[in-house]
Amino acid sequence: MPVLARTLEAAGLSTILVTMMPFWAERVGVPRTLAVEFPFAQTLGQPHNRGQQMSVIQSALQVLEETDQPGIICHSPEEWPQPKDQAIKAWQPAEPSPIIREMAPQIRTLLRQRRIKSRSVPGD
Amino acid sequence: MPVDSFKYLPRIIAAFYETSDCQPELPIPWTPLRRPLNESKFGLVTSGGLFHKGVEPPFDLKRERQEPTWGDPTFRTIPANISQGEIGVSHLHVNPEMAESDFNVLLPIQRFQELAAEGRIGSLAENAYSFMGYQGYPPDTTAWRETYAPQVAEKFKAEGVDCVLLTPS
Repeated sequence: MPVLARTLEAAGLSTILVTMMPFWAERVGVPRTLAVEFPFAQTLGQPHNRGQQMSVIQSALQVLEETDQPGIICHSPEEWPQPKDQAIKAWQPAEPSPIIREMAPQIRTLLRQRRIKSRSVPGD
Repeated sequence: MPVDSFKYLPRIIAAFYETSDCQPELPIPWTPLRRPLNESKFGLVTSGGLFHKGVEPPFDLKRERQEPTWGDPTFRTIPANISQGEIGVSHLHVNPEMAESDFNVLLPIQRFQELAAEGRIGSLAENAYSFMGYQGYPPDTTAWRETYAPQVAEKFKAEGVDCVLLTPS
């Protein structure tokens, strides 16, 4: 998505990206970003929660109005009104995506190696 | 407090993102606002895999299932007068139920119609556009950059759009 923001901006449109992944927006380099600490699949808020959706959108419009140089990421103070475990479960698909299923063994090995590395003391 | 990108990500998916290496290409593009927001026309774009049921096909998930390192780079057109029942969601990486229940969580057409009625923005474009965010692994956004996003930009500009709000899923 950051790539789409960059391409539309380069074509002469003023863009504002709302994302739960400011990490990725920073890596790609986005003109204007509002970061929200929300789960995936509900970027602007919960379904039918008009007030919450509008509050995020109003913040996004403010970032669009006030940002005067590219690459700025503003962080929304909005909190997600659902316990973390429940929110993580709610956004995920019923089955893992094909790529996650294919790469799971590789990623698990990587995570295991990292754990071993973080446990070892330098000089050991 | 800065937003934690990994708060709602299971560790296996967080590792997936962390292994995707990327450096920003500089300079970052920049188009200053042409006019105040209450005179600006807005376009909406999501990468949530939304499509207009019965009018356009869903994204090509069949090919993605057969070829997991590939993601459909095309886009779909969503007219601003669409009703909830006409919205489909095709995306294998997120639960589609939230947008199937209220598309405004990803494509805030009704919120922007309200903002236009209140005079906070000038107007909303006749059509919004939807992509499907998974662009393969490692991600390949060449088709987005070179073909499909420029087409959406042209469509917006032909409609006189000034500003675009983008929302991934």
